[in-house]
Order: sequence, then C-alpha cells, then structure tokens
Amino acid sequence: MRYSGFRLIREGFRGNTGWTRAWRDPSPRPDYDAIIIGGGGHGLSTAYYLARNHGITNVAVLEKGYLGGGNVGRNTTIVRANYFLPGNSEFYSHSLKLWEGLERELNYNVMHSQRGHMILFHSDGQRDAAARRGNAMAAQGDDAILYDREGVRAMLPFLDYEQARFPIHGGLFHPRGGTARHDAVAWGYARGADRRGVDLIQNCEVTGIDIENGVVRGVQTTRGPIRARKVGIVVAGRSSQVAAMAGMRLPIESHVLQAFVTEGLKPVIDHVISFGMGHFYISQSDKGGLVFGGDLDFYASYAQRGNLPMVEHVMEAGMTLMPMIGRARVLRSWGGIMDMSPDGSPIIDRTHVEGLFLNCGWNYGGFKAVPASGWCMAHLMATGQPHEVAARYRLDRFATGRGLMDEEGTGAQHSLH
Amino acid sequence: MRVTCPYCGERDRREFTIQGDDTSLRRPGRDAGAEAWHAHVHLRDNPAGRLREMWYHDPCGAWIVVERDTVTHAVHGSVPAREAAR
Ligand SMILES: Cc1cc2nc3c(=O)[nH]c(=O)nc-3n(C[C@H](O)[C@H](O)[C@H](O)COP(=O)(O)OP(=O)(O)OC[C@H]3O[C@@H](n4cnc5c(N)ncnc54)[C@H](O)[C@@H]3O)c2cc1C
Ligand SMILES: [Zn+2]
Repeated sequence: MRYSGFRLIREGFRGNTGWTRAWRDPSPRPDYDAIIIGGGGHGLSTAYYLARNHGITNVAVLEKGYLGGGNVGRNTTIVRANYFLPGNSEFYSHSLKLWEGLERELNYNVMHSQRGHMILFHSDGQRDAAARRGNAMAAQGDDAILYDREGVRAMLPFLDYEQARFPIHGGLFHPRGGTARHDAVAWGYARGADRRGVDLIQNCEVTGIDIENGVVRGVQTTRGPIRARKVGIVVAGRSSQVAAMAGMRLPIESHVLQAFVTEGLKPVIDHVISFGMGHFYISQSDKGGLVFGGDLDFYASYAQRGNLPMVEHVMEAGMTLMPMIGRARVLRSWGGIMDMSPDGSPIIDRTHVEGLFLNCGWNYGGFKAVPASGWCMAHLMATGQPHEVAARYRLDRFATGRGLMDEEGTGAQHSLH
Repeated sequence: MRVTCPYCGERDRREFTIQGDDTSLRRPGRDAGAEAWHAHVHLRDNPAGRLREMWYHDPCGAWIVVERDTVTHAVHGSVPAREAAR
C-alpha cells in the first residue's frame, strides 16, 4: 500500500479500517542469495539497498528479537555530517544526502527534521578546533557556521552564560544537522525492503555460521539451517558473539550508553545542542519530550540499562548548561549496547571467509550512518569491492596501524573513547 | 553496582575507575611480534557473561581484578591485581 495525504484523509473517514500490514511475516526459506544477520537500522538498510541498487532480492534479514528492538530504537536520534577526518567526512556527508531524500525514497515519514545542530565551545583552544572542524566540513561540501558568544545567545537565550566553570565562548553550527524518528527509520527501510521481495524474519536468532573450505555456506538459526551464498554480520553490540561463530576475534568492546526523555513540554528547544564538556546533548521531540543523553557508563555491558552514577552526571551536566530544564520530570531512561571500536570509527569490510562480510564498530554514532552504511554494505556484498565513501573502514587498520581514524584524538585504544 | 575492594571492603561504584578487561595482565614479551601485540592492544573476547576486569580503587590506590557479569552487572568477587597476575 502506498502512503499519501489522500490515503490518510480517506482512512480518516473510514475509521482507519483500510490499512494493511506494513510488511509480510514470512517463514524462512531453505536458501537465499544473501542473508543479513541483524534487523537493526543497518541490517534493514543493507537489505533495502541490495534490492534497490543491485537487484538482489532473494535476501533474508534474520533478527533474533523484533525489528528495531536494538540500538536503532534506543538512540537520541541525532543526524549530522560534522566529521573531521578523511574517511569519516565523505561517508557521513553521503549519509546526510541520503537522509535528505529518504522520505520520498521510502514513501515513509521518518520525520527527518533539519533543525540545526550546535556544538558549544568554552575556550580559545576549543574555538580553534571548532573553526578547523567547520573548515573541514565546508571543504567536504557540507555546511558550518562559527558563532561567537553573542551569536549563540541570540539563538539559544536560555543557556547559562554566567557560569564560570565552562563559560560559553561560542558554537559551531551545522544547519543541516537535526533529528529523525528512530523507529520510523527502521520501519521505513523494513517496509521498503519487504516491498522489493526481501524476507524479514523475526524471532530468528543466528546460532552458527556454516563455513566449508573457507567459503560461507549459510547459517544455523533457532528456526533451522538456512543456506546462502553471501552472509553479512550487521549486529552492532552483538558483533563479537556472531563473529566468533566464524572463528573471529574482533577489536570491539560492548558498552552501555544511556538516554533519557522527559514528559512532553511546549516547544522550548528548537535545535540539537551538544555540550561536549559535560558530555551532554539534547533536543526536543515532536511530541514535546526533551530527549537527552550523556557519555558511556564506561564498563562492558550487555544489560541494555546503566547505573545511577551516570544518570546523576547527565542530570548535573544538563543543569549546568540550561538550568531551565530543572523542573521537567524525567519519564524514562534506558540503555543500548554500543559496539565500541578502538579508534571510534566503524568497520565495513570483507572477512577471512569468502562470502562473509562484517559491519560493526558504530560506537555511539551509528544512527546517522544508517542510510550510508546500508548503501555501502550492499555495494560491498554485491560487488565484492568497497564503496568509495567507505573504502577506509577496513578491519585490518588496527593490525597495520595504517588508516586509523581517531576523530577525538585521544588515541586508538579501547577505554579511551 | 557495588564492588568489594579486597583492602577496603564493599564500596560504591563511584569510588572506582575501570580500565576494561584484564588483558593488561597478559602483556606479550618485548619480541612477541606484531600479531601478538595487535591482539593484545585491540582484540577482545568481549563476552556476554562473566568477565574479568581491571578496576582501580581511587581512595586506596589499589589495582584489583573484578569478576563481573556483563549481562546482569552482578559482581562475583575481586582479588588484588598483584595476586591475579601470578
Ligand atoms: C542511548 C543511545 C543513544 C544514541 N544516540 C545516537 C545519536 O544521537 N546519533 C547517532 O547517530 N547514533 C546514536 N546512537 C548509536 C546508534 O543507535 C547505533 O550505532 C546504531 O543504531 C547501531 O546499528 P543498528 O541500528 O544496526 O543496531 P541494532 O538496532 O542494535 O541492530 C542489531 C540487531 O542485531 C540483532 N542481533 C544480534 N545478534 C543476533 C543474532 N545472533 N541473530 C539475529 N539477530 C541478532 C539484534 O537483536 C538487533 O536488533 C545511540 C545509541 C544509544 C544506545
Ligand atoms: Zn581500596
């Protein structure tokens, strides 16, 4: 069923009785051209672009839970292209361009809202770094504006400009940055892939990967064995477990990142605001809730929930930046399993097994990457060659030390990001 | 999470700094070769289950090895890093 304004009005008059399922619920077939393990944002977009860009439609996405139940439905929804290093710049730039056409492409309202993204700086040194980053963004063809303190004040009058600890010196503004409705992105890609013939199979956990003489043959699942000529591992926080099924040990640690949402409020925060010194970022959802998050809890975790010390830290950071939110009541908090790579950048690459491909290492920034990651993963799986904007996301960069992309400049080691 | 420091007893998690899994106790020899060093610095078992980790107790300055379940966050004991390294 195609969605449109006309359809919406008609269904309104018919008591919404005419809507059909957004995708089928097929049983697994014994054999596919390609299997994608993981029905998160990246797995679904990979399946969609395999069908759309490469005409490979005999594809199954195998999801152990329900579609979008992982990180893709748990993030703070920030979409931006303000990366600095070659390798990341062109990739996230490509992703943002795909975001800009995504609703038309998918015939699905993902509520992409380019409300602008502001990163604050608090010292001369940080101003220089922000100017440099802004120039890198402009050189990549994206947009960046450096604002001084008064410029930021005109836009964000509610920040605390008097505090002495981290005085606001200005901000780097990225007008095309913003947010999107996270679940809708998963659902939009799911529906798009299904309509092109992809089987989306839920409650189907992959428990083994079948390999013969160095070539992938298929997978073992809780719903039986399934053969395939190509298999993509796209499981974010569970990458280490699934890769171990193919005898691989990955440069990944899984950590917990928490997020929070308040009760719905009238519109107060028009942009996305990042307060790096407090590891705090915030935006307001279209329903009115203030959506915000902070840093990792900094211990390995698969619990999908964090602990109170980080909750306290995030609240403190929020109050430091914008005391006006102090009386908003927090409704919920939750956590996701982050696939942390040593240099903070992702991996989209072949493996030592022919026909087996790996997509992981998204750290806390993989939501904005959903379109380009699927685009490039599909390209890699279909052609065997890396896509040009993801050519640097190689697995062997850690072994060789060549091409590390440490965006934060803290060192390409675990526990430093 | 509350963690028991072998010297100070059970303490709040905020008194500790966590380094990550206990690979630093298994540092390769000087001439172990690039592959061993790569594995040491970058590769991790990253289990969903019990994990041995390096924790530092800030007040007393002790490095300890804590065994913790990464799925439930339950702590299953700790020993001084010096002992664990033997
Ligand atoms: C609190 C929080 C805030 C974040 N904020 C942002 C942000 O503002 N901007 C941004 O860009 N990014 C953000 N991120 C990061 C982003 O959400 C992730 O990097 C991204 O969603 C990961 O890719 P995914 O969607 O494919 O992962 P997931 O949705 O986790 O998908 C992986 C899927 O694989 C499935 N799976 C695992 N093992 C198996 C198996 N054996 N068999 C079958 N299926 C399996 C899982 O069930 C899961 O559904 C945030 C993350 C969190 C947790
Ligand atoms: Zn102690």
